[in-house]
Amino acid sequence: MPTTPNTPRGSLKVYLGYAPGVGKTFQMLADGQAAVKRGVDVVLGYFEPHARPDTIAQAQELEIIPHRKIEYRGKIFQELDAEALLRRNATIVLVDELAHTNVPGSLHTKRWEDVQVLLDAGIEVWTTMNVQHLESLNDQIWQITGVRVRETVPDGIVRQAAEIVAVDLTPDALHNRLKRGAVYKPEMVEKALAGFFKGSNLGALRELTLRQAAHEVDLRQAFYDETRALQAPKISGVSGTTTPPKEHILVHLTAESTSAMLIRRGRRAADYLQADCTALFVSPTGDISRLSSEERSAVEEHLLFARSLQIATQVLQGSDVAKTIVEFARRNHVTQIFVAQPQHSFRDRLLGRNNVENIIRIAQDIQVTVVADRTQRPGA
Amino acid sequence: MHVSKLARPTPERLLRQVQAEENKQFGSKLKIFLGYAPAVGKSYRMLDEARRRLERGEDVVVAAVQGRQSEEVQAILSKLEVIPPKEGVNNQAIDLDAVLHRAPAVCVVDPLAARNPPKSRNEYRWQDVQELLRNGISVLSSVNLLHVEEYKGKVQEITGKNTTETIPKSFLLSADEIVIVDVPPDLCLWRQGEKLTATGISNLQERQLSELRELALLLTAEVVDAQLESYFDSHGIERLFETHERFLICITPHSNAAAMIKSGERNKERFQGELYAVYVCEPGRSKRDQVTIRKYFDAAEKAGAKTQVLENDDPITAILEFAREQRITQIFMGHSAHDTWRNRFFGDPVLRLIRAAEGIDVRVFPH
Repeated sequence: MPTTPNTPRGSLKVYLGYAPGVGKTFQMLADGQAAVKRGVDVVLGYFEPHARPDTIAQAQELEIIPHRKIEYRGKIFQELDAEALLRRNATIVLVDELAHTNVPGSLHTKRWEDVQVLLDAGIEVWTTMNVQHLESLNDQIWQITGVRVRETVPDGIVRQAAEIVAVDLTPDALHNRLKRGAVYKPEMVEKALAGFFKGSNLGALRELTLRQAAHEVDLRQAFYDETRALQAPKISGVSGTTTPPKEHILVHLTAESTSAMLIRRGRRAADYLQADCTALFVSPTGDISRLSSEERSAVEEHLLFARSLQIATQVLQGSDVAKTIVEFARRNHVTQIFVAQPQHSFRDRLLGRNNVENIIRIAQDIQVTVVADRTQRPGA
Repeated sequence: MHVSKLARPTPERLLRQVQAEENKQFGSKLKIFLGYAPAVGKSYRMLDEARRRLERGEDVVVAAVQGRQSEEVQAILSKLEVIPPKEGVNNQAIDLDAVLHRAPAVCVVDPLAARNPPKSRNEYRWQDVQELLRNGISVLSSVNLLHVEEYKGKVQEITGKNTTETIPKSFLLSADEIVIVDVPPDLCLWRQGEKLTATGISNLQERQLSELRELALLLTAEVVDAQLESYFDSHGIERLFETHERFLICITPHSNAAAMIKSGERNKERFQGELYAVYVCEPGRSKRDQVTIRKYFDAAEKAGAKTQVLENDDPITAILEFAREQRITQIFMGHSAHDTWRNRFFGDPVLRLIRAAEGIDVRVFPH
C-alpha cells in the first residue's frame, strides 16, 4: 500500500539488554505473540536464523517475512527485506539486533537505516539492542571491557523510540546459560567467560543498562509533560518545578584524537541536561583547506562524527582560537564550553599556546569544562 | 591484574562484606524480583525460575504465594510442591518449622513484604527469610517498590497508595541477586484490566507509573553497583571505571559557591548522580570566613551534598586526594580571584588542579 505524506510515523520500541543471552529477543517475541493473541497484525521482519531453541519456539506463531538473500564473496548472507516488509504493511514489525551492519550489496549500510524506512511508512517497529552499541557510551564501554565496539547506533535513533524496555537477568544466571551452551556453541564458551562475560564486566554493563533505561524513561516523561503543557497550558503539571533556562553546550573540536571522546561526552551531557549542543572548529582561514592533509582528514572526521550525533557544527575564522571561541559562546548564549586537556609542554604554556588555559582566562563569565582523557585505560 | 592502593572502605562497605561472607558460609542465596507496580509480572518470572530449577533437578518448594493468581501462574504452581502457610485472621505466615523440617534447597516466599500474625516467631516475613537463609535454604522472593520502606513515601506521593507492610532497603542491598521486572506502563495497566493504549506514555496514569518505573530502575542500579563494589573489594582489584557521575564542589569564601551549588544540585538530579562539597581549611582564616563557609555548607547539604572539611597546607593536594578516594568524576571550582602573572604561570590553583586532575573533569565557574 503506498503511503501518503500525511502518514504518521510508526512508533519504535527498543528492548535494551547488557549482553548477548540476557533474553531480549525472547522477550520481544513473547510480547509479539501476546499481541497476535490480542488480534494485532504482527510479523517477524528479522531474526537470527541460528537463534537458540527456546527463542525459536517463541517465534512459532508469528508470520515470518522471508529474509533477503545476498551473495558476497561466494557466501550467501541473509538480511532484512525492507521492500517486502513495506509491501506486507503489517501493523507491527519485529526486528532483531538494531546495531547490525548489513553485508555489502544491501539496500542500506546499517539495519537501523532499514528500520527508519519502515517507521517512515507508518509501521510500528519493535527491536533489540545491547547498551554497548550506543554511540555515546563507546569510551565508557572501552574503559570497562577493553573492547572498542565497532557496530554502534547513534543516540538519536534510540531517542526516537516511544518506549524502552529493560531486559534484566543476573550475571550468575547468564553465566549458567552460557555454561549450559544456551548462548554460544560449546567451543566458544570458555573464551567468552574469560573475556567479555567476566563477572565485573557484566555487573558494570548491567548497571549502565539500568541507568540508561532510567534516563530514557525520564526523558519520555519530560516529552510527555512538554506536549501536555503545549496542549493545555493551564493544567498544573505532575511535577511543578520551574524549569531553569535552557543550557547550551559548546564543544571545541581540534585535529587531536581526544575530539571524538569530547563529542561523545558533550552529547551525553547535553542529553542529560536537555541542552542544545554545538561543535566548533576554529582556523585562521575560516575553512580547513590550509591544514596538512593529515589534520584536515582528522577535523573532517570529527565534524562528520559530531553531525552523526545530531550536534550542529561550525567552522569559524579566527587567528586567536581562544578569543574566537569565547566570542562565539557569548553571541550564542552558550552556558558551558567543553574542551579537552591538550598534551602541551611547559614551553607551550609559557608562550601562551595552551588554548584551554587561554579559554578559561578569557571566559570569565561562562562555565568551562575541561574533560579528562578517558581513552587511556590505566593498568589494563 | 592491576592491584594498587585501595580507597578506605566505608562502614557500609565493610558491613556488606560481612553479610556476603555470612551468606557464603551458610551456602544459601537470596534472589529478589523487584517490580515498580502490581501486574508487571514479578511472580510469574519468579515462579518460572522455580519451575526451571526444579526441572534441572533442584529441590524446590513453595512456602507462600500471592492471593490473586493468573492462569499462567496457576499452571506453574500445579507443578511445584507447596508447604501450606499458616492461616491468620487477616494474613498468612509461612510455616517456618515445616519448611525448616522439610529442608529444601530452594524456597519460594512471595511476597517478601508481609507482617506476620501476632505471636509469630518473627514480626516480619523478611525475618523468616533470614532464618531460612541462615539454615542453608536459598530463597526466591518478590517485592514491589511501594513496599520498600525508604520508597513508601515517594510512591504514596505519586499514586496515593499506602501500606504498612515494608522491608528495609538495607535488606534489598544485602540480597545476593536482584532482578528488575520491567514492563512498559501501558502493558502493566492493560494487565490490570485497563484498555491498551499506543506505545509510549499516553495519559496521566501512565506518566505516574513511569515515574515509579524510573525509581525502580535506579534502585536496581544501586544494588548492582553495591554488588560490583563488593566484587572489587573481595578480589582486591581497583575499580578503573565509573558507571555514574559524582560531582565535587570546592567551596572557598570568595568563590561563587551559590552558583556552583545550584548547578551541582541540578547536575546531581539530571545525571542521577551523587554530590559532594568540600572546604580546605587553611590556617589563619578569619571568623567572618568561617561563618560564610558554614552558610555555604548548609546550602550544599540542603541541595543533597555530602560535605566535608579537609585539612591540608596545599588545597589542590587535599581536593585531589578526596576526589580519588570518593571516585569523583567532575570537580567544580571557582575562578581564581587574583589573576596575577605569577599565579597565571606558576601557581594559579585552577590551572594546577586541571593539570593534576588526571581522569577527572574540571569545571571552572565564573565569579
